[in-house]
Amino acid sequence: MLPSLRDTWFFNLRGDVLAGVVVALALIPEAIAFSVIAGVDPKVGLYAAFSIAVITAFAGGRPGMISAATGAMALLMVVLVREHGLEYLLAATLLTGVLQVLAGVFRLGALMRFVSRSVVTGFVNALAILIFLAQLPEMTGENARLLVFGVVAAGLIIIYGLPRLTKAVPSPLVCIVVLTAAAIFLGFDVRTVGDMGALPDSLPIFLWPDVPLTLETLQIIFPYAVMLAVVGLLESMMTATIVDDLTDTSSDRDRECVGQGVANVGSGLLGGMAGCAMIGQSVINIKSGGRGRLSALVAGVVLLLMVVFLGEWVAQIPMAALVAVMIMVSIGTFSWESLRNLRTNPKSSSVVMASTVAVVVVTHNLALGVLVGVLLSALFFARKVGRFLVIRSELSDDGLHRTYRVSGQVFFTSAEAFLEGFDFKEALQTVTIDVSRAHFWDITAVGALDKAVIKFRREGARVELLGLNEASATMVDRYAIHDKPDAAEQLLAH
Amino acid sequence: MPPTSSPSDHPAAASGTPSGQLPGPPTGKVLACIDQSPYAQAVCDFAAWSAERMTAPLSFLHVLDATSGNVQGDRNLSGAIGLGAREDLLEKLATLDEERARLAMEQGRQLLAGAVERARAMAPDLEGATKRIEVRQRHGELVDALLALESETRMLVLGKRGSSSAAEHGHLGRHLEQVIRSVAKPILVAQQSFAAPKRIMFAFDGSATARKGLEMLAGSPLFRGIPCHLVYVGADKPEARAALADAAGTLEAAGFEAPVALVPGNPDDALPRYQAEHGIDLLVMGAFGHSRIRHLILGSTTTAMLRRFTVSVMVLR
Repeated sequence: MLPSLRDTWFFNLRGDVLAGVVVALALIPEAIAFSVIAGVDPKVGLYAAFSIAVITAFAGGRPGMISAATGAMALLMVVLVREHGLEYLLAATLLTGVLQVLAGVFRLGALMRFVSRSVVTGFVNALAILIFLAQLPEMTGENARLLVFGVVAAGLIIIYGLPRLTKAVPSPLVCIVVLTAAAIFLGFDVRTVGDMGALPDSLPIFLWPDVPLTLETLQIIFPYAVMLAVVGLLESMMTATIVDDLTDTSSDRDRECVGQGVANVGSGLLGGMAGCAMIGQSVINIKSGGRGRLSALVAGVVLLLMVVFLGEWVAQIPMAALVAVMIMVSIGTFSWESLRNLRTNPKSSSVVMASTVAVVVVTHNLALGVLVGVLLSALFFARKVGRFLVIRSELSDDGLHRTYRVSGQVFFTSAEAFLEGFDFKEALQTVTIDVSRAHFWDITAVGALDKAVIKFRREGARVELLGLNEASATMVDRYAIHDKPDAAEQLLAH
Repeated sequence: MPPTSSPSDHPAAASGTPSGQLPGPPTGKVLACIDQSPYAQAVCDFAAWSAERMTAPLSFLHVLDATSGNVQGDRNLSGAIGLGAREDLLEKLATLDEERARLAMEQGRQLLAGAVERARAMAPDLEGATKRIEVRQRHGELVDALLALESETRMLVLGKRGSSSAAEHGHLGRHLEQVIRSVAKPILVAQQSFAAPKRIMFAFDGSATARKGLEMLAGSPLFRGIPCHLVYVGADKPEARAALADAAGTLEAAGFEAPVALVPGNPDDALPRYQAEHGIDLLVMGAFGHSRIRHLILGSTTTAMLRRFTVSVMVLR
């Protein structure tokens, strides 16, 4: 039965509304900044932030999580926007949503279990670094002026200093208001949001992307849509895990995948860019007391109202003030703990984390970074487990018969060690290989066993194998532990 | 579990004959759900009374539900996140939750201790006969806790409303309907005061569910010896009369005094009226298993009854 409205929406009314307002105020500079990264008008990011936040509030699977236009996604669309224009971005956003809905329907959220903690940390850190790097153009080149540095520094001082005095008002908001007022009254000659392109002047309207419905269009947008869908789901799933941990509750991953998809479809149709869950904003939401679906809804609605009705003031915000806010977001997103743990964690974890970060920073593609991280984790794991292989043997008193007892895991990484465990040069009449305490996980392992048997035969020994059935039970891919609860115990006990 | 399936493995239901010489009764505990609501004392009394009559072990359950209600703690609306923001926040929230959980657990333990004492006073022989009175505490939703304990439960006692439902909020507690739908055990829904029942009534509609419930009632020592009115709501037809007589036979064979009554009208009004007129202090009814669709359209008769009655109700699944 459906849980009551009170339990899902209004159990934390005060906290959710306040947190929603705080998040909305923090979302505005972010959405504008990410539009700038993607190379589109600020209104594209703002419409996206509105529609994604509102739709995920209803359709998402993780109450308390904030989704909107994000840097991770913006970075992936730069080339598409530059070469083909906004309409193709909207079409790609639509397609991204459809792919994500499919991922949810086919329950691909479960694949997240292959993404280890180190990869998640690497992803988060890489994201923080990318957000920071994306601010550099505003402070280098022709923008590298003392005035700009001064505004950024003043912004950071307000953002981090004000909470020491009062926690009742959002300090990023104060930063923006104060710096905008200063820029207007003192006549600063700095770039403003208005210089970056059009702001929303009305509520979003329903629009089908103006692209030809041809195979060629699909060929252009499909690769981008796949990347966007993957990165969007990755960041959403990771953010959901973070929110799970913070609130000590659980989320519905498949519903979240579908929710993200529906949100992107909605965003594409309302003239917004693709987005996903936001780590920084979700942390801000939880910190401000938001827990329910209501806070995301409030955030989206307040954001749109503010932007539409205060548009001419928003246009006056100096870009340098936004840079200060974004630097805060990147610092807040970065996992400080991971640096401290770098020394104490196993080296393999640190390597996985660092490689994920490095690949992302070089390619600006979070999906590639995660792929490398997952592959490396798998390799390190295989190497570690491959060490669990022991071969003991005893010679009969007459020196004609030797019994080898293999115990442990035999698969592609340990197959060579397995072969090295036998002394083929010993002249024997009979050899017994007892593998009943070993597990053969793949055909490489079975191949190695065949090779050992043949080698012994060639040296003139008769070979007897013991316990092969038990050992190769693990080979069967359909080995269905979930069907028989005691199967795993039987397997590990023999 | 869909309400249509009624997995009653009760021996009486299986064999189709009234009890008496049947194999032993179902095992399991009388599980009583205690919280801070004004119903807790009656729940405790009913549970002790039932456990004593059935010589069943008694278990008191207190559920710590941390998910409802506003987020507590000092409000930080600064919206600024710095280095280590996530780690700090996690640490802070965990500490807050820890304190709250400790406090709630301590309060719950006191409630449970009070309940055990009360039960001991009510049924002094119970502990000796069944070894002990047990207390349990679980985190999470009430329904999840009850489902986790379902296999060891014989009968469930809970109040009409829990502490999280204010009296004006609705007539029934927000968990009750869900519990009745999910837990396939007899459920006693207690009112605020307890008195050992002197006259009970069984709402009989001639359906298979009602017959099963009747056999369950006949087979159980819980109400044995207490006069049980069999009330049929509907038109006075020969078939109804025959079904009633048959049902009365079942009860009488089990040693019940079973007056029958056939009252016109619709159950919502007729049953409460009959109850008031005859001074009946407990209603026994089958959980009417409707299909899910019918339930969505009509609402559940069971919950409607629970809402109407001012005496305690036993729902048989």
